[in-house]
Amino acid sequence: MAEHRCKVLVIGGGPGGYVAGIRAGQLGLDTILVEAARVGGTCLNVGCIPSKAMIHVAEQFEAAHRFTAPNSLGISVAAPAFDLPTAMEWKNGIVGNLTGGVAGLLRKAKVRVIEGTATFKDGKTVSVIRPDGETDTITAETIIIATGSESVELPFLPFGGDVISSTGALALDEVPETLCVVGGGYIGLELGIAYSKLGAAVTIVEMADRVLPLYDAELTAPLTRRLEELGITVLTGAKVTGAKDNQVDVTDASGESRRITAAKILVTVGRRPFTKGLGLENLALDMDRAFIKVDARCQTSMRGIYAIGDVTGEPMLAHRAMAQGEIVAGVLAGKNESWDKRCIPAICFTDPEIVSAGLLPDEAKAAGFDTIVSSFPFRANGRAMTLEREDGFIRIVARRDNHLILGIQAVGAGISEMAAGFGLAIEMGACLEDIAGTIHSHPTRGEALQEAAFKSLGHALHL
Amino acid sequence: MRRAASVVDQRVERMGILTIKMPDIGEGIAEAELVEWHVAVGDPVAEDQLIASVMTDKATVEIPSHVSGTVVSLGGEVGQKLAIGSELVRLEVAGRGEPAPTEAAQAEAAALSAEPVGAHAAAPAVEAPQPDPKAEPAPPSAAKPAPAPAKPAAASPAAGHAVAPRAEGEKPLASPAVRARAREAGIDLRTVAGTGPVDRISHADLDAVFEKGSTQGNGSPKRGLAPDTSVKDIKVVGLRRMIADKMAASKKHIPHITYVEEVDVTKVEDLRATLNKSKRDDQPKLTLLPFLIKAMVIAIRDEPGVNAIFDDEANIIHQYGGVHIGMAAQTPNGLVVANVKHCEARDIWDTAAEVNRLAESARKGTITRDELRGSTITVTSLGALGGISHTPIINHPEVAIVGVNKMQIRPTWDGKQFLPRQVMNLSSSFDHRVIDGWNAATFVQRIKVLLEEPAMLFMEG
Repeated sequence: MAEHRCKVLVIGGGPGGYVAGIRAGQLGLDTILVEAARVGGTCLNVGCIPSKAMIHVAEQFEAAHRFTAPNSLGISVAAPAFDLPTAMEWKNGIVGNLTGGVAGLLRKAKVRVIEGTATFKDGKTVSVIRPDGETDTITAETIIIATGSESVELPFLPFGGDVISSTGALALDEVPETLCVVGGGYIGLELGIAYSKLGAAVTIVEMADRVLPLYDAELTAPLTRRLEELGITVLTGAKVTGAKDNQVDVTDASGESRRITAAKILVTVGRRPFTKGLGLENLALDMDRAFIKVDARCQTSMRGIYAIGDVTGEPMLAHRAMAQGEIVAGVLAGKNESWDKRCIPAICFTDPEIVSAGLLPDEAKAAGFDTIVSSFPFRANGRAMTLEREDGFIRIVARRDNHLILGIQAVGAGISEMAAGFGLAIEMGACLEDIAGTIHSHPTRGEALQEAAFKSLGHALHL
Repeated sequence: MRRAASVVDQRVERMGILTIKMPDIGEGIAEAELVEWHVAVGDPVAEDQLIASVMTDKATVEIPSHVSGTVVSLGGEVGQKLAIGSELVRLEVAGRGEPAPTEAAQAEAAALSAEPVGAHAAAPAVEAPQPDPKAEPAPPSAAKPAPAPAKPAAASPAAGHAVAPRAEGEKPLASPAVRARAREAGIDLRTVAGTGPVDRISHADLDAVFEKGSTQGNGSPKRGLAPDTSVKDIKVVGLRRMIADKMAASKKHIPHITYVEEVDVTKVEDLRATLNKSKRDDQPKLTLLPFLIKAMVIAIRDEPGVNAIFDDEANIIHQYGGVHIGMAAQTPNGLVVANVKHCEARDIWDTAAEVNRLAESARKGTITRDELRGSTITVTSLGALGGISHTPIINHPEVAIVGVNKMQIRPTWDGKQFLPRQVMNLSSSFDHRVIDGWNAATFVQRIKVLLEEPAMLFMEG
């Protein structure tokens, strides 16, 4: 049983925690990071990165498969074969590289990493149960809670066996013949689309009247069309009433009961903050429902205790956690930092991809803004044509009075790479004239952004 | 595609009031003098008609109107200087829609910035898909924001201008770098005026805040404070001109060394009070000055070098036997130096009488030229105004000046205890070309000793 002392203790080594740790170390703070599994958290190990790897595999396989039929590109191939274990190994290699890289960066920043599960004893002391059963005690001046989130389980569909979470879906050893995805949010869609492309017959069950219910119908329409093209069955307005073995009972929009039989049932109905076993009951922190309440400096209601990332609420996104981690480290190093971001762009790596930065049209209206909303379709974009993907558009939401850009949304193949530009525009306080006045390289999909700004200003060029 | 400037111009409301601002008429010019109005209030103005002529130190520039309308108000009077970007004229632009793009381009060429004012002038005339007004009733908080604040055409944040306060709770618009810099400096961006498009706060806007040394940005409109950009021009003539020339000559030619010493004047003050009580009616009331003059006369015997005129062109020091003490006196027109001649030949009463006489005629303006010339060393007193020391400027071409600071009771250590004593500082400057620090200090120390033991003033042969 070892005793440790440090200035900063970070609980959780995900994107929030490891960024806070690295930055704190860089700023010269004596820092310990406790992680129960491998550093990198959900994002690197079982989330963002491995899912993107599998999506890439699926896209490549689908492309190869497409060339088995006559096509306008004149390419023909024999029926492609696919070996999932090989792809998994490749994916695991990437995960290994990245988590190893994070561990190296922590070392370089002189952060001590302790493997184990942390439990608060009081506001300054944490006990850590190590894998070997030993218990360490860490006393810290400041503690950052960065324990992240976990998949929500349905009571009648507990994880186990053929009922899998997103984590399970990224560790299958064969492509299931049939896959039922419960929950049409972005995680279920990303994985459902990937397995569909890899050959599974996929059914997606969503309670709301459309998939990605947080986005407006205009934005999700190209995705809905594509799901149909891919042969994915989407049951919207459908409620899961029960499940047994490999069968899911669903009442669909028309009120009829259906029974879906699937080799695997993927439950992606959301994520909840992970605080189990953390001993928060010993702290009496102010909570916001299940989330830990924090202020603009990520400080909780208790002095010396900070929280970042998914435990602090929506949106549960890695880049939000990273930004918070950086702020907290700065605050602890005595810098005057606080959360002042204008937008946290969100991306769905569906097919087509969807990006949303800033306010959606409805959100802007609800916030009291008189807006101009204009979109420019990729069917009028040369680069989109050359990529055989003319579906989707870029849409700008701006204030009518001064043309300040409030939000930018886009849907289209490969559009995720434009998220940085959207975020930059909003963070810099760009107005329509700024985007209209910026040369957008030709031929790229990005031209659609400038065209949408032109259109908002009343003079689209290519429409 | 129209240019950005035309977008601004598009926001002109039909039947609106339009403000034409003082254009940026040349690099580095912050203001221009109005030399002529070509229009008056109520006059109709045609497009391209000249409205005003303004003058800078470089040229006279004529300013045309880029729109037609009727003059509502003029931004100033002839002879007044107007800051670049301030309001030049207000026009009522009657019965006109948005200016055609060509006009806007001309307006831009003339570097004129036109923005609408008035409560109903905020709707941009852009062609965008109009949402069905019935389906989308304007939300309550979509009330039009305050009209755009007057912006200087030169977009120079230094040129102060009024700021439309941001709507309650609205985040200030600034790039992350600007936000970080403001955070570092402890500046609340909500109080900073943005001069960029959409009132965006730029690094330059922050610079302006730093320059002003306040967190109020360009004024604090909420408290009714506004930058005063007025400048009053005063011709430097007559006595002021002479003072300016003399001061400049002195500072330009003479390397000053200033020496400050503290003098305990308790005893001399006691003596002065006694003398004033016991004096005959025909004798003048004594101030400290005659005693100081007396002390200087004696000190000059030991340090004759300070009582001199230095002709630096001929490289000759005219060291005087007689002590002619210049007495700096404030008059309504400025500073004069009256000459108390031959102080070495006056007793304390005589000196006092002469000092009083000269001071009186200087105040009345009856002092003669002769009485203002010929001093060989000067005394200046700011004592009554307070101040613990100053750096007097030598009355060129003299080589020394003795400055008197305020007399105060200060605790003085006598070796055993602190005693309340009347203490006064002497701040004296010397021409370091001809007077070494040693001699300067010796001179001042001698005065100190004489004033601290005033009996010595009268013990001389």
